[in-house]
Amino acid sequence: MMELLHEIGVQAGTLIGSTLRGATPLILCALAGCLAERSGVVDLGLEGKMLLSAFAAASVGAATGSWVPALAVALALGVSMSLVQGWGCVTHQGDQVVMGMALTMTAAGLTVVLGGAWFGLGGQTPQVGDGARLTGWFTDAAQSVQALPVLGPMLGLGLMGHNGLVYWTLLCVLLVWVLLFHTRFGLRLRAVGENPLMVDAAGVSVRGLRHQALALNGMLAGLAGTYLVLALNANFIPHMTAGRGYMALAALIFGKWNPLGALAACLLFGFLDALAIRLQGAPWPEMLGGGTVPVQAIQALPYLLTVVLLAGFIGRARAPAALGVPYLKER
Amino acid sequence: MTACAVRMRGIHKRFGAVHANRGVNLTVAAGSVHGIVGENGAGKSTLMSILYGFYQADEGSIEVDGREVRIRDSREAMAAGVGMVHQHFMLVDTMSALDNMLLGAEPTWRLHSARAELRRRLCALMEQTGLQVRLDVAVEDLPVGERQRLEILKALVRGAKVLILDEPTAVLTPDETTALFAALRGLRERGTTLLLITHKLKEIMSLCDRVTVMRAGEVVLEREIAQTNIDDLAQAMVGRRVATGRRAAATDDGPRGTAHRPMPAGGPHREDAAVGATEVTPGPLMKAEGLRWLDPLGVPRLDGVSLVLRPGEIVGVAGVSGNGQTELLDVLSGLKVPTEGRLSVDGEGFSPALWITPARARELRVAHVPEDRLHRALVLPFAAWESAVLGYQQQQRFGRWAWMRRSAMRAATAEMMDLYDVRPRNPDLRSSKFSGGNQQKLVLAREAQAGPRVMLVGQPTRGVDIGAIEFIHARLRAHRDAGGAVLVVSSELDEILAISDRVIVMNAGRVAGELPIEDCHEAALGRLMGGAVH
Amino acid sequence: MSTNASLPRWMDLLLLPLMNLALAMAVASAVVWAIGLEPGPVIGLLFKGAWGSASGISYTLYYTTTFVFTGLAVAVAFHAGLFNIGGEGQAAMGGLGTGLVALAALQWMPGLPATILVPAMVLGAMLFGAAWAAVPGALQAWRGSHVVITTIMFNFLAAALMGYLLVEVLKEPGTMDLQSRAFEPAARMPGVHECLLALGVDWPATPLNLTAVLAVLAIAAAWWLLWKSRSGYDLRASGHAPAAAQYAGIDPRRQVMLAMLVSGAFAGLVGVNEIAGVHQRLLPDFVAGAGFAGIAVSLIGRNHPLGIALASLLFGTLYQGGAELAFEVPGFSRDMVFTLQGLIVLFAGALSTVLVGPLARLHRRWSSGAAQGVWP
Repeated sequence: MMELLHEIGVQAGTLIGSTLRGATPLILCALAGCLAERSGVVDLGLEGKMLLSAFAAASVGAATGSWVPALAVALALGVSMSLVQGWGCVTHQGDQVVMGMALTMTAAGLTVVLGGAWFGLGGQTPQVGDGARLTGWFTDAAQSVQALPVLGPMLGLGLMGHNGLVYWTLLCVLLVWVLLFHTRFGLRLRAVGENPLMVDAAGVSVRGLRHQALALNGMLAGLAGTYLVLALNANFIPHMTAGRGYMALAALIFGKWNPLGALAACLLFGFLDALAIRLQGAPWPEMLGGGTVPVQAIQALPYLLTVVLLAGFIGRARAPAALGVPYLKER
Repeated sequence: MTACAVRMRGIHKRFGAVHANRGVNLTVAAGSVHGIVGENGAGKSTLMSILYGFYQADEGSIEVDGREVRIRDSREAMAAGVGMVHQHFMLVDTMSALDNMLLGAEPTWRLHSARAELRRRLCALMEQTGLQVRLDVAVEDLPVGERQRLEILKALVRGAKVLILDEPTAVLTPDETTALFAALRGLRERGTTLLLITHKLKEIMSLCDRVTVMRAGEVVLEREIAQTNIDDLAQAMVGRRVATGRRAAATDDGPRGTAHRPMPAGGPHREDAAVGATEVTPGPLMKAEGLRWLDPLGVPRLDGVSLVLRPGEIVGVAGVSGNGQTELLDVLSGLKVPTEGRLSVDGEGFSPALWITPARARELRVAHVPEDRLHRALVLPFAAWESAVLGYQQQQRFGRWAWMRRSAMRAATAEMMDLYDVRPRNPDLRSSKFSGGNQQKLVLAREAQAGPRVMLVGQPTRGVDIGAIEFIHARLRAHRDAGGAVLVVSSELDEILAISDRVIVMNAGRVAGELPIEDCHEAALGRLMGGAVH
Repeated sequence: MSTNASLPRWMDLLLLPLMNLALAMAVASAVVWAIGLEPGPVIGLLFKGAWGSASGISYTLYYTTTFVFTGLAVAVAFHAGLFNIGGEGQAAMGGLGTGLVALAALQWMPGLPATILVPAMVLGAMLFGAAWAAVPGALQAWRGSHVVITTIMFNFLAAALMGYLLVEVLKEPGTMDLQSRAFEPAARMPGVHECLLALGVDWPATPLNLTAVLAVLAIAAAWWLLWKSRSGYDLRASGHAPAAAQYAGIDPRRQVMLAMLVSGAFAGLVGVNEIAGVHQRLLPDFVAGAGFAGIAVSLIGRNHPLGIALASLLFGTLYQGGAELAFEVPGFSRDMVFTLQGLIVLFAGALSTVLVGPLARLHRRWSSGAAQGVWP
């Protein structure tokens, strides 16, 4: 009996662990999107920023063997892409949706082209050495905790022993929450996404706020990209983001543009993803038709839920009022 | 001699060809309530915008508290102690009242302490002034009156000694207005100087110490309230040209009911009435009763409006804009659905459950020349021939099955352009490339050529050159002469007086009064427009 | 919308897209140079690969066909003021529709002639594509859900649906490959090389099939719909000026639905080109990014059917030339074409407003100079 419970604990722990690991890039991108969209700029370029920073981190990591420069370059590239976005959309009132698409499409192609040219592995980068990988924290504690009955493996496998970025990400959620709701900058940022005219009349620069939000957005997206290649995997594979940037946006909307809500949504989506992998090939009960579990249905759930929310069938998702509308000073 | 809170000298401001402020002088005594009255286009909003830093004057100087200041933006205005409560509130709906007041003036980056401090100061201020606002409620959940108090407190807590209020009672109920005035009197006791921009004469008389009346960019009257009365103000606001307008109308048409006017279709000519036959008024073409329309904030923009349009008359709707005229036309033409009211057109009745639609209106031969020429009456990127069939594109003559008969449309456009002298005579030219006057002529041609019986016309000659104005007025008269009815909304009193047979004045969403053209004296009109008669 | 009133028509519709294209190519050339290749020869080889042989031309036109459909899908929605990013999913569903018709015929009515099967497959493609676009359209029209986000979600849902169907329901028994059973011989769109052969002309076998003719018809149909039909008038009025459309008695919801249905139908036709024309069985991921290419095509084609035809040819050239280059030039990968595609969307779409200001100023100075006799 105890063994069964323990086994359940192990299964649950593994699932929790995969959820956290899988959700981390989502959370980072959702936070990035939160800052941009709360300030009024639609961000469909999350996928591209994540991809390009991942590539950069992998390349620099492979070349230097250390994660510090890799992270630095990844962050710099993320911010650069966001600045281009800012220049086109905020300074020049370009279409924000098209800009996001452009950034993603360009990054998708560029990463493979450069990767192929520089490393000759068909677009992949070589595996980074151990010095560049982000290692797990609390691994010893995780080992010892696992011995405890039932809860032990859940804690040990589920919550401990992850690489540093996972814990940093959870901290980031807190930081973004504090930033948005407890600082002057956050107050102004939220206002500029709802009523930029009012902020302008109060003497605060609308463009400045949006550029700053985008800069932070770029950093977080860069962090997400770094995670993919230095923590989750050990190299860059073409198109490895696999739509996470859009799923993060869906999570943001599902979380009603609130960092805590986005965290919950990302954990849910991450859980569904982990579940889908876990249930791949598992048998589906005969009385429901037999065969194997339709994992595609589980994989489709995040997107389906977001559509249902957007349609207003499970509560209202109220976007920032000025989202997507370029600000024109009119007198 | 009380100190001077604000002194503006020799203010000139031009916007292109429009001379909005012509050498305006304004002296406001400290701790007083000073009213600034005028119609649309009088220049009062421009003047106050200059004081608040939205515009810069071309010439002239501003002194606040005896010191000359340069006010280049709202920040500098606030620094000089000038605050403004706008007509359209500048608030973030989703945030609390406290946060709205905090925005832009946060003392530190940590909100917690900033909020606590502001809360303390606000509680003290609310005590002193009697203006109560629930600080932790989201703005979208606050009623309009409370939002306005929020705006006032926002300005005061930033240290405003001079407070400009732009049409503050436009969105308030009578009760809220009373409460506001009590609060404003309290502010005056505290030594705050108040500048009240309004066109409502009763308010001026009841609240202000001194009043400045502006007209056509100039100051025409400045006096202590104790030394003036509503009629004087009304007259000054509206001006002598009322008489000239009426005279001009009289010479144009000759005395009413002369023989050289063609017979209106259906119904006896007024001539018969004059001769002594039994007065049989022809059946109304359009009849509206008790129209009520609430805006998204819940403010009634139309508050029980009834009117009748009979064949062979032009009814002018006068009044300072913003008193429901736009909403009236929108409701009558089917663009908006009222919350209450009934409409009857050509025997067909409409109630809010199933209101008239723009398409049905056209079927019932009601044409609408919209106020918003650029975004409603025309599709700017469309060619002239495409805009010229807007609203009528589904008609038989313009297409067969799914096919659009472009040749028929172009021919119709060419005809319209000929009849109404639209230049250049190019149906393929983009609508945006025509001048304002020609655009308006095209729109008018389109609506008139459809053979309507009722024409609803909003601001027919706004932005139109003199020659075109005459032409447009002549066409409207011709429509009336042929037995149709025209309802004209215009913010230009000259225009209303020049073409109307009867004038209704709107104020605060109601019909303040109705006068046949002969009785349109300046005093009477001014009082009605200023809301003095209720 | 996307017309620039400050520029004369020819500048807006011709010069601006060309300049944006030039900028994109300049940046792409820089990338090519950065990876150690010479841009000049690369571009030359690209055109040679696309147009230098009968086989190359055929492949180019085959790609062009697909891009015409996805480009028109984006453009029609654009004219109604909507941004349909769901072309990828709608094209996939179109393929599904094509396949389902063929498989159903195979299962229950074998032996039907091609004259019935092929039109039925085309119809199936259009219906399924339209239906997939109709849901986001309805959500926008009646629930106010923003069509950009919903169409993105629906792209993923389409992929999941296709995945599920191919793995669980339609899989060809007996193999491990992710594909459906093969269609009957009659259930296919004849290849162009076969038709030419029947006329006595020798032509290499390529995927180019008669769907290309459908593409030409689609261009004509789109042009007719937008500028010659009454529906098109209502659609464009709705897109340019919603207030004026309301004034004119046009129902905005109807326009949204119509635009999305037509848009989806166009995108669905990709299924005919790929499934009925090339593979003759259902496969996953046959769309391969054509939906996104359609966005680029529509942007640089200025949302006009003729512009889209030319832009599709350009992209067909790029894709085929890129494939040839990937063969011939070591170090060149097809992803260079995707990069250029992204750059085109960047310059022609996101940054298009940046050039308008300076161009307008230049035009004003130029025309005032001409008026004053400064220039000839």
